[in-house]
Amino acid sequence: MRQRLRFTKQGKIRFLSHRDLARIWERTLRRAGVAVAYSEGFSPRPRLHFGLALSTGHESLGEYLDIDLAPDGALDPADLPALVNPHLPEGMTAQAVIPVEAGSDSLQQAVTSCGWEIEVVGAGAPAVAAAAQRALGASALPTTVERKGASVSIDARPAILALEVAPSPVPTPVPTPDGVAPLRPSTLLVAELATQPRSLRPAELVRALDPAWVEGRVLRTHQWTLVDGARCEPIPLSEGGARGATSIPHAGARAS
Amino acid sequence: MADVWARLEPHLASVQKPARYIGCELGAEVPAPAPHRVGWLLVYPDTYEVGLPNQGLQILYEILTERDDAVAERSYAPWTDLEDVLRREGIPLFSVDTHRSADEFDVLAFNLSAELVYTNVLNCIDLAGVPVRSAHRAPQHPLVGAGGHATYNPEPLADFLDFVVLGDGEEVVSEINEVLAAWKAGGRTSRLDVLRTLAGIEGVYVPSLYEATYLDDGRLAATTPVDPAAPARVEKRTIADLAEWPYPKRQLVPLTEVVHDRLNVEVFRGCTRGCRFCQAGMITRPVRERPAEQVREMVQQGLRRTGYDEVALTSLSTADFSGITDVVRSTMEEGEGCSNISVSLPSLRVDAFTVDVAAQIQKARRTGLTFAPEAGTWRMRQVINKLITEDDLHAAVSSAFSQGWKRVKLYFLVGLPTETDEDTLGIVELARRCVALAKEQGHNGSVTVSVGGFVPKAFTPFQWFGMNTEVELRRKVNLLRDAAKAAKGVQLKWHDPKASLIEGLVSRGDRRLGPVIEHVWRAGGTFQEWGEHFRLDLWQAAMDAHGLDVDWYCHRHRTEDEALPWDHLSAGLHKDFLWQDWRDALEQLGLEDCRWTPCYDCGACTGYGIEHVVASATPPAGGSQGTGQGLALGGVPVGLTPRRPAGVGA
Repeated sequence: MRQRLRFTKQGKIRFLSHRDLARIWERTLRRAGVAVAYSEGFSPRPRLHFGLALSTGHESLGEYLDIDLAPDGALDPADLPALVNPHLPEGMTAQAVIPVEAGSDSLQQAVTSCGWEIEVVGAGAPAVAAAAQRALGASALPTTVERKGASVSIDARPAILALEVAPSPVPTPVPTPDGVAPLRPSTLLVAELATQPRSLRPAELVRALDPAWVEGRVLRTHQWTLVDGARCEPIPLSEGGARGATSIPHAGARAS
Repeated sequence: MADVWARLEPHLASVQKPARYIGCELGAEVPAPAPHRVGWLLVYPDTYEVGLPNQGLQILYEILTERDDAVAERSYAPWTDLEDVLRREGIPLFSVDTHRSADEFDVLAFNLSAELVYTNVLNCIDLAGVPVRSAHRAPQHPLVGAGGHATYNPEPLADFLDFVVLGDGEEVVSEINEVLAAWKAGGRTSRLDVLRTLAGIEGVYVPSLYEATYLDDGRLAATTPVDPAAPARVEKRTIADLAEWPYPKRQLVPLTEVVHDRLNVEVFRGCTRGCRFCQAGMITRPVRERPAEQVREMVQQGLRRTGYDEVALTSLSTADFSGITDVVRSTMEEGEGCSNISVSLPSLRVDAFTVDVAAQIQKARRTGLTFAPEAGTWRMRQVINKLITEDDLHAAVSSAFSQGWKRVKLYFLVGLPTETDEDTLGIVELARRCVALAKEQGHNGSVTVSVGGFVPKAFTPFQWFGMNTEVELRRKVNLLRDAAKAAKGVQLKWHDPKASLIEGLVSRGDRRLGPVIEHVWRAGGTFQEWGEHFRLDLWQAAMDAHGLDVDWYCHRHRTEDEALPWDHLSAGLHKDFLWQDWRDALEQLGLEDCRWTPCYDCGACTGYGIEHVVASATPPAGGSQGTGQGLALGGVPVGLTPRRPAGVGA
């Protein structure tokens, strides 16, 4: 019986890797006493299926995990968030769960784009807004990215589905050794980037806009799937369908 | 309160494995610093992945945290990329618990489990903003202390450590804390005063209260107290009963991958097998077993609390634990039904009994099994007192292959006393026969041979032995490589003889090595345990610069009358016991395990008025050493009676 769980990854624990997260989930489920189905074979592993990997250092308001519960478990799946939350590290909160029908697309297949809030370090709002306009208006946006250790030239443009400067940018103070903290210009960019057929990473988007700019804090706000042509989240938090949903934390209130 | 997080955080995205620096482990307590609480920063001078699982530091962390007058936090050596950031940005070393700056603590307490980390100790002290030499520290600076196995010869670090603790830390850490609490309440005025008080605690050594003098020929004359507060000899601390210390009660569960990433439950401390090369076995005597019932409880509660699916029953030779069969059975029953719990025995004895225990617990994931015969011939194993016969090994290996293991790994040492090329080549010969045994059973078994160069250590019978040169070790490794090429199914791995050389230099070094270690550190030689960072050239240049000779320190045999740099310290072992054992080694005379046989008066029990704590009066099934079962096979002369009158001091 497959269950899909939505959870957050925020604060200090954003520096955990995708692999770290997998181990944390295995231990969390055991601590919570959730009976998970195990794979067959020589080296049985709990049957957990993760969605699109989030880069180490990035935060997220909407991560997903599919859990195959043990068939004989007496657990009411709706209780999953309440069961696991006391055992998750600070910054990870399970928000909602839905059952997944057998034969459905995996998370990696289903998600077609992600929503991001990207801090662009090294540029003020007007410059970023202008670059965003140029990018959206262009038919192609050639850039160089690192893939499997090699530099590859790609066109970033098809993966950029939406791009705008956030109305109230939050500048990040960058302290210096002498204690003075001048504000390096930084701008919050809100983007929707495709994950299929080819994905574009936030850092690659920033570099495509201007090679001198780098990404600062990055927050994944949404993962989107297409259902009959309509964009929707695998588990929407505010609408119906999600059970055990809690209110979405404000994007600006990122704990550190 | 200087919390460096805000300054650190913007840089973490650009360093390797940033999760090393965030803390947030399950089991970490939120510390509440207060003026009446002594602030301890427990530092492991290697990376987080290596240091976090260290059981010694975790035990101290809990004991201190339970105290009302102490606060404990942890720190680990920042990797070179973060060190660059810290130095560039002027950020000090910090605790991973609250990211508090290291210089705000009252004590920096290091765990020293190996010698090659010494340059990292200096680096951590310096990153903390504290002068590296204790003589240069002022009252406002934290005290710098150390414990752990390597402190049995702390002399190379004498210039840098304010105090050193010998032996088990469970009791003494509280005694130290009380002294420091009073010092803190008194305004932390004089460092000398607090160090003199600390020197009065049994097990605490204050190097600055001693002076080392040398003979004209360069040998040590003596290390003697120069202050009435310092005892002529510092005795190690030993806890009599492990059952009183069921720690860690709340083992830390890291969020990122570390070594030994599993629940660890210590089943006994100490070992009396008497392997002559093994410092751990000598300095941790006597044997103190944890009651089987307590082990079961710690396993059961630990698994539930941590969510680990693996538990290691730790000790120096876990198959010797009296309650091993019961504990293993009940742990497996515990795991039944809910999830797949696996049990690991990190140090396997070489015999079929052990393999049967291993088979019982490794129902799944039966991949590789590791044994440590340590030497390739029976003659050599008599010299080192690792009295396992070839039959023992063959029985173990064929049992392993027949029960489904595919790979067997064998650990060996080269460069042992009296070693001949026949002994060295015996290693590959043993491995080759193990492969043949697998063939006989219809398996394509593979045998991996892992070879390390032997490094003599303080407080072992081999402390007088001049270790093999790097050239000689390399020649022996090459002999093995050639032989292994011709032996199908045998893979050879070896430890870099260059690193063994420097480990040997520091292991038996004296105070004159202090400036050498500082020189290497100042030249950038950190993380010397890591192959990619090890720099033999820096060590050689530093030795030259200070007019010292690596060869003299490493390759010279010591004589009975030579004063050793650790003579003013005691691991409980009589020096004449060790000397006799060294002579016995050269005569290939084996010595049985004293747990179940007469006392040899090594000094570890009698000197401290304690005894072995062994749950069973009879030795566990199987095994040759100490049980008397296998000894006849080899026809070895074994000393069965005390060889000298009891009570003879060192």
